Amino acid sequence: MSFFKALVNGLWKENPILVLMIGLCPTLAVSTAAINGVYMGLAATFVLVGSNFIISLIRKWVPDQIRIPIFITIIATFVTIVDMVMHAYAPDMYKILGIFIPLMVVNCIILGRAEAFAYQKGVIESIGDGMGMGLGFTLILLILGGIRELLGNGTLFGIQVMPLAYKPVLLMILPPGAFLTIGFLQALQRYKGGNSR
Amino acid sequence: MSIEQKFYVSAPPHIKTEQDARYLMYQVIIALIPATAAGLIFFGWHAAGVLLISIISSIFWEKIVMYIKKEKRELDGSEIVTGLLLGLNLSPLVPWWIPLVGTFIAIVLAKELFGGIGFNIFNPALIARAFLLASWPMDMTTWMAPFNGLSQATPLTLLKLKGILTPYLTLFLGNRGGCIGETSVLALLIGAGYLFYKGVIDWRTPIPYILTVGFLSLVLGKDPIFNMIAGGLILGAFFMATDYTTTPITKPGRIIFGVGCGIVTSLIRFYGGYPEGVSYSILFMNALTPLIDKWTIPKPFGYKKGVRV
Repeated sequence: MSFFKALVNGLWKENPILVLMIGLCPTLAVSTAAINGVYMGLAATFVLVGSNFIISLIRKWVPDQIRIPIFITIIATFVTIVDMVMHAYAPDMYKILGIFIPLMVVNCIILGRAEAFAYQKGVIESIGDGMGMGLGFTLILLILGGIRELLGNGTLFGIQVMPLAYKPVLLMILPPGAFLTIGFLQALQRYKGGNSR
Repeated sequence: MSIEQKFYVSAPPHIKTEQDARYLMYQVIIALIPATAAGLIFFGWHAAGVLLISIISSIFWEKIVMYIKKEKRELDGSEIVTGLLLGLNLSPLVPWWIPLVGTFIAIVLAKELFGGIGFNIFNPALIARAFLLASWPMDMTTWMAPFNGLSQATPLTLLKLKGILTPYLTLFLGNRGGCIGETSVLALLIGAGYLFYKGVIDWRTPIPYILTVGFLSLVLGKDPIFNMIAGGLILGAFFMATDYTTTPITKPGRIIFGVGCGIVTSLIRFYGGYPEGVSYSILFMNALTPLIDKWTIPKPFGYKKGVRV
């Protein structure tokens, strides 16, 4: 599997949210607005690329029995970098994303890709996989956040889009709205993605 | 004539009645006529508008879904029941687009996406009501006083926030604020009596439901008669907790369903933030229905554990 193939794979065919259905917790929690989704997604992408790169680099020397603690330590390093950078340069967003930044350490997508992909494949492919998975995650968070923000608040990236007479569907920015939207997106992916089982 | 043509071979049941889904749906519509009439008398053209929009729009959404799915079938009347029940569950003062959105949620989201009639997990009209209540709480909870068009709180809200107890006779006849269809207990009981007479509904869900609410009110030191006839309990117990698709099939299961609904309703009314809990209690028990059915599978006669014939 080449770099490019791994990248496209994560973006659509094996999209972490829509197909693998991992990492749903932060997805459902932070996708109340499009901008939150972008920040969360890019932070996860950075961690994914970094951790996939390091783990596939050292995979020959990692003993099988203690691989999980080693993965966690590597992932935690990158998460700490993101945490501190965001705290310093985007304090408002840091407050909104809150606990979900440090919780990226145990994010299913990142740990799952470390175990299922980076631990077994070469360095270049692992970087491609990390980017594909991360950007696929970002894409879905952006779409999900956009739809929920548009319907639930009448805005998009904080700008009023809907006419002022529009009464926002409050449910869309509550938890049920996230489940509804993600269900529709998954149905669309199955319908268009061609990998329906 | 060969023997195959003389004898028609089929799976049981062999003796069938004329009662199909459409017949049952029309019986429910007939049974809802008194409550609808009471709503129209008390709330006038406000109620007429809401009911008309919700019935017409639910037929419209059903037709749209049938067009998209390329289904060639006749309407079975269930969409009229859903539309009518949703309309009866709304305040007469809701804006015109509320029933329109509500029937979209009920027909498309809660029913057709799950596979159409007979496959939905939750009661469509109640899902729509819960969706609308969460989305537009202000529009959904502006109630109207009968006859004059001014806004007025429901008896349960009056009791919860101000401690005012509405007289029993007012509650029974329905001369009070509330959803279009829930106010007149008398009209609802006439409709329920008709359904019992026709054998369309079973006593095992509504009666335990209402008695549980009464009993818990008594135990918890509230007014039992008030709690049994106020709010949407009568409407919910007879017309929505008896839905064929979303409630248990087995007889003990139906009793469990009714008692569970009663407990959840009482808990929401007495300890919850909302003044009324009938719709949420039925939705909650809808979610438990497959489990209740699984628990209460009847034992075949002469069955012994571990013995296979």
